Amino acid sequence: MRALKAYLRSPPALIGSVILLAVLVMGIGAHWFYPGDPLGLAGRPLQWPGQNPRFPLGTDSSGRDIAAQLFHGARVSLLIGFVATSIAAMIGIAIGALAGFYGGAVDTALMRVTEAFQTLPNFLLLLVLVAVFGSTIETVTIAIGIVSWPPVARLTRAEFLTLRTRDFVQACRVQGLSDAHLILREVLPNALPPVIVYASVVMAVAILLESALAFLQLSDPNVPSWGNLIGLGRNVLRTEWYVSAIPGVAILMTILGVSLVGQGLNDALNPRLASGR
Amino acid sequence: MRVLRLAGRRLAASLPTLLLILMGMFLLLQFAPGDTVDALMAQIGGGDAAFAEEMRRFYGLDAGIAAQLWNYLLRLATLDLGFSAIYGKPVATVILERLPPTILLMASALSFAFFFGLVLGVIAARRVNRWPDTLISTLGLIFYATPSFWFGLMAIVVFSVYLQWLPAGGFSDITQSYTGIAAVLDIARHLVLPTLTLGLIFLAIYLRIMRASMLEVLSLDFVRTARAKGLSETRVVARHVLRNAMLPMVTLIGLQAGTMLGGSVVVESVFALPGLGRLAYESVVQRDLNTLLGIVFVSALLVIAINFVVDILYARLDPRISSES
Repeated sequence: MRALKAYLRSPPALIGSVILLAVLVMGIGAHWFYPGDPLGLAGRPLQWPGQNPRFPLGTDSSGRDIAAQLFHGARVSLLIGFVATSIAAMIGIAIGALAGFYGGAVDTALMRVTEAFQTLPNFLLLLVLVAVFGSTIETVTIAIGIVSWPPVARLTRAEFLTLRTRDFVQACRVQGLSDAHLILREVLPNALPPVIVYASVVMAVAILLESALAFLQLSDPNVPSWGNLIGLGRNVLRTEWYVSAIPGVAILMTILGVSLVGQGLNDALNPRLASGR
Repeated sequence: MRVLRLAGRRLAASLPTLLLILMGMFLLLQFAPGDTVDALMAQIGGGDAAFAEEMRRFYGLDAGIAAQLWNYLLRLATLDLGFSAIYGKPVATVILERLPPTILLMASALSFAFFFGLVLGVIAARRVNRWPDTLISTLGLIFYATPSFWFGLMAIVVFSVYLQWLPAGGFSDITQSYTGIAAVLDIARHLVLPTLTLGLIFLAIYLRIMRASMLEVLSLDFVRTARAKGLSETRVVARHVLRNAMLPMVTLIGLQAGTMLGGSVVVESVFALPGLGRLAYESVVQRDLNTLLGIVFVSALLVIAINFVVDILYARLDPRISSES
């Protein structure tokens, strides 16, 4: 309750929530606002925004409605961001929890793997994964999740390292509770808040990764994606720059919304830090 | 000397990591549909199965996976990265040709982000919660949220198409043959927009970290002592606070070396720079797995090397580290 109040009192958090809510409404209502295929031919190609009242944001070089692609793209971006973040969080929490709880050889082995993932540029790994497993929307989402987990694992491990020696955990251990119970029911709930805050960063990065991949035309071409539209707009950049400009603003606003919400959550869940600033 | 030994130990510890990466990558690429021979066959317009078999034998692709992996690691130990069938040259040569633009781009983007992140972070921290701080922090948030490739395209529209101040892409002007200082200036002109594009997100991160760590250090006791001595505020910041506040930023350089290398894949293809990142993209499209593996190897080496330098830098900034061990 206190956390919620603190969250609602911070202006950045409110602005972020409003932006994110707007993108959410765009995504969920995409089929209602723009029924029909957003990638289908809608009218004469390359009409500037405002030129034709039927297309408030204009059309791209294949004569597709940019506004429709924007709305349907919101759905794709949020979905990929959310699912990829969940995958990254699950892998990261599992590895971080095991490494932090058991320590020793388990910790060393798991951290070596984490290090290997962190040494490799994540976008390069993403390229390799997409090259190997293809670029349907499912594989792209899973691949983004796979390249994004290491920071989550490190954070979870650090939390577990400090929590596992606490008295309440020792008390449970003395009671003879199983390791699984200790990890899942005792330590994990206490380790989660910072991980949840960090998830907002993971989600922002996931959305950026997908749009960059789509921009390079290496993501699913059959899905309306903001990055895809920017990439296609590149061919007409010198004259019809609005084709690339508009979806870019949409990405910017979404990431801004996610980061602001994350910052608000952080301030609300760590009041000590917030007042120190 | 002690610093070097410490950094050297960290370097040795990264060897198993490197091995892990290479093995993982090699096994991963076994899942890839189609190999180099398939790509080559497609390029030369097809051929019969017997010819494909012969080519597979020629490139050593008919051996078992374990044998291929072992051969690959053995060759890597002698820095032989294999042969790129697509480029018709040894992979090491191809990569070496493409390395300079990427290193130049990364170095300039890093300097840009580090310098301006530092300055803006200091200004924001010294005017905390007043308008300069609000302005800088807001800008930081917006920069952080800007997709780099989109910023690059918009910069091309503004600075190359409309204002015509800077070239839209490429590494140097191929219609002229400059020498000496003119050639350097030409390359610098071509690198301005890519540097801004790649550095923007890191600028945002650095200024945020710098602001936070400045605020933390400013509240410590030794700063109060320095102030009580009667030092001017500028002197307190320059002599006492800055060095301590820079530590988290230096750590971040090492942590984000990989991210920056990944970012240059996108930036290089926006600006048509003939660098390592673009090579990675091309080899994905052309299924040139040998080259892709080579790039992964070289990138990992690069990241490890950057971290080695960062370790030394860190120990120089923070004497506690070198005296501890």
